[in-house]
Amino acid sequence: MRIGALVRNADLAHDAEFARSYPAVAEALLSGASAQLRNAATVGGNLMQRTRCAYFYDAGSACNRRWPGAGCDALKGENRLHAVLGWSEGCIATHPSDFCVPLVAFDAVVEIEGKGGRRELPLEALHRLPGETPERETALERGDLIVALRLPTEAKDFARHARYIKVRERTSYAFAVVSAAAAFRIEGGKIREARLALGGVAAKPWRAREAEQVLAGARPDPAVYREAARAALAAAKPSGDNAFKIELAQRIVARALTLAARGTPDRIPALPGSPFSSVAGA
Amino acid sequence: MNLPLSLTINGVRREITLDDPRVTLLDLLRERLDLTGTKKGCDRGQCGACTVLVDGRRINSCLALAVSHDGAEITTIEGVGRGGELHSVQAAFIAHDGFQCGFCTPGQIMSGIGLIQEGQAGDDPERVRECMSGNLCRCGAYQGITEAVLEAQSNMTATKQRRSA
Repeated sequence: MRIGALVRNADLAHDAEFARSYPAVAEALLSGASAQLRNAATVGGNLMQRTRCAYFYDAGSACNRRWPGAGCDALKGENRLHAVLGWSEGCIATHPSDFCVPLVAFDAVVEIEGKGGRRELPLEALHRLPGETPERETALERGDLIVALRLPTEAKDFARHARYIKVRERTSYAFAVVSAAAAFRIEGGKIREARLALGGVAAKPWRAREAEQVLAGARPDPAVYREAARAALAAAKPSGDNAFKIELAQRIVARALTLAARGTPDRIPALPGSPFSSVAGA
Repeated sequence: MNLPLSLTINGVRREITLDDPRVTLLDLLRERLDLTGTKKGCDRGQCGACTVLVDGRRINSCLALAVSHDGAEITTIEGVGRGGELHSVQAAFIAHDGFQCGFCTPGQIMSGIGLIQEGQAGDDPERVRECMSGNLCRCGAYQGITEAVLEAQSNMTATKQRRSA
């Protein structure tokens, strides 16, 4: 499916064919922002969202992302919501998107129009980890424009077992503390293929391939979910006052895998993406 | 810089010339057209007090640049009643005490109207609360707001059914 960069989030999430084919992506879209914002926000804009790190926005604070070489005040500041994976001493910010999390799990591709013509890039390669150059947030070059997003047909094979789960500091209308997109192809009582990605943990939507390997071929079972969760966070380390996010992320991964195995609900729950929804199974 | 702009606001066509492309739809309404019913709370998309309908869809007018909506139809709180007659959502807010200080109320009402038109919430209070989460109320009148939106929706659906019967 090819989605134009100017399609609005609300239109995409409520498109019946889209929601049927990619339910976890629709659930992620509806768990982001508010109804008013989803009516204005676009697909291309969401991919290009910048971090919500307060030090990035506060001109009085040092920020390597905003001002290369300035230092990072988040390292010694209020950092309980900052990254636990893929961060560097130069930057511990996270990428705030919900939408991008299932997209990266399903191998979405970004179409870019640039000076040299049209090219494409896996979404996973669009956002960069900070390393020594946190100011370079994406793989886009000057003059590049995102024109469309594509989801491969194979992603539809996960439609019966696909969920997005998001923990926030309030019930609705907040960025993820941690989120996870989980999906299975289950055949003959066994996991034929698993997809897993995390949000709120790194400077990019985080695909957890090690965890997918743990799950492939196994029977859907709580013990294997916990093992997959450990694998997903094996490389995690706190970047400040946020060790709790490593434990929380493992629990959210296990929860997302449990719910995905149980099956995609016919209708997205009243509180999309929330582990607190009153809908059974959510 | 002169930027010509044509907007239909509450059914009236307005030809406007802006001298700055950075003027938000909210500031255009309040500061230049004296439509002060639409409130400025946070001016950053977090509170929903500035909610208006643009081509029938609810958005935060504080995050919308006026020039990017040339040709659009805008409905504000001033445009929802008919003469002395309140809109169903306005009447339901009074009946259910859907406010205390009233500052967020125009945004709540516009958001409620948008929500009912979207038709996604049904009669489930939890869905209504989730779909209204972009409108904060510091007085905490959420109970009454949820009841008001549900009742208005049910009244509007009944009226529609009577008309089509």
